[in-house]
Amino acid sequence: MDDTFIELDGVEKVFDVRKKTGFLKRERRQVRAVDSISFTVARGEMVGYIGPNGAGKSTTIKMLTGILTPSGGRLRVAGIDPSRERTRLAHRIGVVFGQRTTLWWDLPLIDSYKLMHRMYRIPDARYRENLDRLVELLDLGVLLDVPVRQLSLGQRMRGDIAAALLHDPEVLYLDEPTIGLDVISKAKVREFLRELNTERGTTVLLTTHDLQDIEQLCSRVMVIDHGRLMYDGPLVGLHEVGESERTLVVDLERELPPIEAAPARVVKVEGPRQWLAFPAAESAAVLVARIAAEYPLVDLSVREPDIEAVIAKMYAEQAEKAANAGNAGKAIS
Amino acid sequence: MGERHALAEGLRAYGLIAGMWVRSSMTYRTSFVVTVFGNLVVTALDFVAILLMFSQVDSLGGWSLPEVAFLYGLSATAFGIADLVLGSMDVLGGRIRDGSFDTLLVRPAPVLAQVGADHFALRRLGRITQGAVVLGYALVSVDVDWSAPKVLLVPVMVVSGAAIFSALFVAGAAFQIFAQDAAEVQNAFTYGGTTLLQYPPTVFGKDLVRGVTFMLPLAFVNWVSAAYVLGRPYPIGLPSWAAFMSPLVAAACCALAGLAWRAGLRSYRSTGS
Repeated sequence: MDDTFIELDGVEKVFDVRKKTGFLKRERRQVRAVDSISFTVARGEMVGYIGPNGAGKSTTIKMLTGILTPSGGRLRVAGIDPSRERTRLAHRIGVVFGQRTTLWWDLPLIDSYKLMHRMYRIPDARYRENLDRLVELLDLGVLLDVPVRQLSLGQRMRGDIAAALLHDPEVLYLDEPTIGLDVISKAKVREFLRELNTERGTTVLLTTHDLQDIEQLCSRVMVIDHGRLMYDGPLVGLHEVGESERTLVVDLERELPPIEAAPARVVKVEGPRQWLAFPAAESAAVLVARIAAEYPLVDLSVREPDIEAVIAKMYAEQAEKAANAGNAGKAIS
Repeated sequence: MGERHALAEGLRAYGLIAGMWVRSSMTYRTSFVVTVFGNLVVTALDFVAILLMFSQVDSLGGWSLPEVAFLYGLSATAFGIADLVLGSMDVLGGRIRDGSFDTLLVRPAPVLAQVGADHFALRRLGRITQGAVVLGYALVSVDVDWSAPKVLLVPVMVVSGAAIFSALFVAGAAFQIFAQDAAEVQNAFTYGGTTLLQYPPTVFGKDLVRGVTFMLPLAFVNWVSAAYVLGRPYPIGLPSWAAFMSPLVAAACCALAGLAWRAGLRSYRSTGS
């Protein structure tokens, strides 16, 4: 049996942008927010969808949920064309918009769930069972009777996630689910999503700015930039493709000459503090152990490469490759 | 999914969401009581302005106080019903700008019902109450020889009028999707329209009257049928059966508004924001 759940084939989205260029004068310009994207997601996969602001992430999610109609290409979710059968699809998907709550601000949390119960026509027994399970896993017990406006950001996010899952959707889309959350709340959300995916087999697609979300959750990551799919594969591979580096910051007991610990190289020295860059795919533990054995180490921290930097590098490389290919072509002719 | 099924779904979703808004407003009980009272006072003052005018003159454009009250009561009641049911559609522009409109599109319920029920507020009953009181006063004091068609025409006018104003609200909402910030344009036609209709057509210029008869068929809310009931000449030389056209005009308006809404929604889904 084919277990492809989400299927995009050459999907495009072109926006007409009107810009004021003078008094009453307007210039019309076409912007390709999504430019011929193709991928498939199998049932039960957990995929991270990343890219800089304005790369086309949200546009893709909006097309997958039926909010926007693609300008071209073919798109299917659970065999349904989202923009044509939006309402039918709604029963099978759950959506969490990170910065916009769908909960009722002035009413106790439980009231929002009761509305979902009736709006989605969830059978009573299943609703009760799902609610109990979500309340336990997301630690919502004491919050059910609290008006949503009094919840903290982290509590509200957990509340929103529960609201999106009461009707047992087959796929959950999360747009920046950990944005603005503290460390403990982030950990809770991630742990829950992992469990949701492994225990119940729910397909999860999340957009994020936080590489740790991806590292801890997703076996697969897709990078989009300028509306194009730049990378689709495991996270480790992304670091290799982007040749990204992590930074180890070490504080030594005293000022010393630059540390020698290949493949890491010292990029900066400031008194007893030194910055070492090393390939992101390498283990930091091995490196730290080696340095600790040879140098008087006081303190250290590891800095992850940020997604923007990785993508910028990847993009530059592609452009270079394209330029080279062009040159090669010229050389032959 | 048939049209009837969609209608039932829409009404059900409307009821669910409106109920949530009523419960929300009840959490601020004092504020609710104050706004209901305030709403009643403000709308009542509206009619007081007309009373004050009649303390100086005996007729307005040739119409007596009970006759003007008849126009006022019909228009205010019809508008009040539409305002209660769909009056919050002017928040749609804001929802589109802040992106929360998207959250409505992923729900398994007709979007129009969700938008119509948005910010549903019972305080709007104040306007209906006030309109009904003025209409009641007009019905007992107006000098009319009540025949069966005339009696029948009163509820028909209220319902058709409410439908015409509702259609305006929906068309305005559709326009807001295109223009994104057009709440004021919509209000000019809806709130502006009801204020216009509270005065006899004879006080306005011919072109304006023609405009609200044929372009925006607001004249069919009360002017035309009321002229028949009161035995006065029609605003512009319309045939006598025009008084009974209100339901048809209302149905046509609703159909057009429905088409406009669909077009608006389709344009949103292809342009986004």
